[in-house]
Amino acid sequence: MKRRDRIAASFKLPELTYRVWKVWQRNFDVFMKTWKVNFFPPLLEPIFYLVAMGFGLGQLVKTVEGVPYIQFIAPALVAISVMNSSFFECTYGSFVRMYYQRTFDGIIATPISVEEVIAGELLWGATRSLISSSIVLGVVAAFGLINSPLFILILPIAFLGGLMFSSIGMCFTAIAPNIDFFNYPGFLFIIPMFLLSNTFFSLSNFPQALQTFAVAVLPLVHQVTLTRGLMLGNLQSLMLLSIIWISAVTLFFFILSINLMKKRLVK
Amino acid sequence: MPEVLIKAESLTKKYDDFLAVDRIDFEVFKGECCGFLGPNGAGKTTTIKMIHCVLPLTSGSLTVAGMSVSEKPREIKKMIGVAPQEENLDPDFAVITNLLVYARYFDVPKPEAVKRAENLLKFSQLEEKRNVIIDQLSTGMKKRLILARALINEPHILLLDEPTTGLDPQARHLIWDKVRSLRKQGVTIILTTHYMDEAAELCDRTLIMDHGKIIEEGKPADLVKKHVGEDVLEVDYDAEVMKTLQEKFPEAMLETVGDRIRVFTSQPHGVFEDFLKDFPTKGATIRNANLEDVFLKLTGRQLRE
Repeated sequence: MKRRDRIAASFKLPELTYRVWKVWQRNFDVFMKTWKVNFFPPLLEPIFYLVAMGFGLGQLVKTVEGVPYIQFIAPALVAISVMNSSFFECTYGSFVRMYYQRTFDGIIATPISVEEVIAGELLWGATRSLISSSIVLGVVAAFGLINSPLFILILPIAFLGGLMFSSIGMCFTAIAPNIDFFNYPGFLFIIPMFLLSNTFFSLSNFPQALQTFAVAVLPLVHQVTLTRGLMLGNLQSLMLLSIIWISAVTLFFFILSINLMKKRLVK
Repeated sequence: MPEVLIKAESLTKKYDDFLAVDRIDFEVFKGECCGFLGPNGAGKTTTIKMIHCVLPLTSGSLTVAGMSVSEKPREIKKMIGVAPQEENLDPDFAVITNLLVYARYFDVPKPEAVKRAENLLKFSQLEEKRNVIIDQLSTGMKKRLILARALINEPHILLLDEPTTGLDPQARHLIWDKVRSLRKQGVTIILTTHYMDEAAELCDRTLIMDHGKIIEEGKPADLVKKHVGEDVLEVDYDAEVMKTLQEKFPEAMLETVGDRIRVFTSQPHGVFEDFLKDFPTKGATIRNANLEDVFLKLTGRQLRE
């Protein structure tokens, strides 16, 4: 295949029908079977962070960007839960279903297409982000850290961001030779992003080059910007940029990941 | 003339440099049980996967009920039930839920799905296992559940890819009974198998594949008669005996495998009895020729991996 054709094939618009939701529903049913275990991490993790970092480190730091440290990190915890739940759902989770369980093979023998299977997985990943971030948001609210009724808009942003991280994760799944491969994106992409995206430290403390890099390429930066603005009720024009950035990147990787997976699954 | 349900013309599938299916033509008629036989790597599973629209064709044409597999995959998949060779039941669900979730993929409304799932549990004798998780099922139960799952959309065509591989005789016979009863109900069945007794037992017609080509086709009994006659004589190997046999049966096919000689002849029943009366030979047995003899004659004895 010529290079141009290959690129065109990678960005072909997938044909999707309502059947996408049947795949979503399958994952939802599995999730609900063990919902207690699944609700545990997003409930406990933010409590640990808020207590240890917020109260502990907060004693030393006092304020960041004009707000108490605990208030600074609270929205970051929501954004991080968006990233982690969808990214890991569509890497480890999808890989297990694709490779070990052959779940996808079973589904594509029915009127559901490969493209719909992957789209269903991506929407499910986004849903997991929505569920996790709702729980984290509940914890943050219980700590009294929500200052604005605009916080409710964090939920649709969580879904959108979840779709972005799902789609990025699914691209790795499409090229993963084995499950250990996910250590690479885990340690080279997710962990640095977890630390460098205006999460626990203000990005303005970093060298200018690093700041520019972070804003240009790290998705979590934008998720944090939006979540923080909405939680503090502090709307800025920069948030519009973040919305556009996330939407564009989501669309790009959503389409790319479906085509890459199709290439992997249909020989 | 029976109605043609599946028709392949010059059907070809190529992976990179490997030609898995090489310009084959075949027809499957409505209501028949058609067997695809062949050694590993002959192209049987590839052909099956093209019929149910999960593998794109490289070239040629393939239609199911008059619809092209590349144009109408959804419509075709709706009317087909598939029992794949590699077990792909959903391990996250129990037995009954596997059936219900699968019914949902086919848009079967919930009350109807429940009714069908109950009937299929009975049909596959898994009623007592309804709430058991897949991991805890035996191989035979899994194969039965796969068959049940393939029937959840009440298919017109059933594709069975090695439905009894790895099963004990009891479980095999149970599957055979089920296949026969489905055939009686008018379901068109395509079956691949390595077991020649299974093909002879179940199939109205068999296609023998090797190296991506169809090398022979016909009714099992006709194929046996045509290629290996009615009886087979087996005796212990001995150069002297070999010479006598060659003289006595000049037209016969003599085959030496290990320390045995096998004699295939197209002469009628009883010819070997007469021979043994005159030349009592060590280790002699006479048996009916079967489809396995045909298979080995046509595809050779070389191991396939």
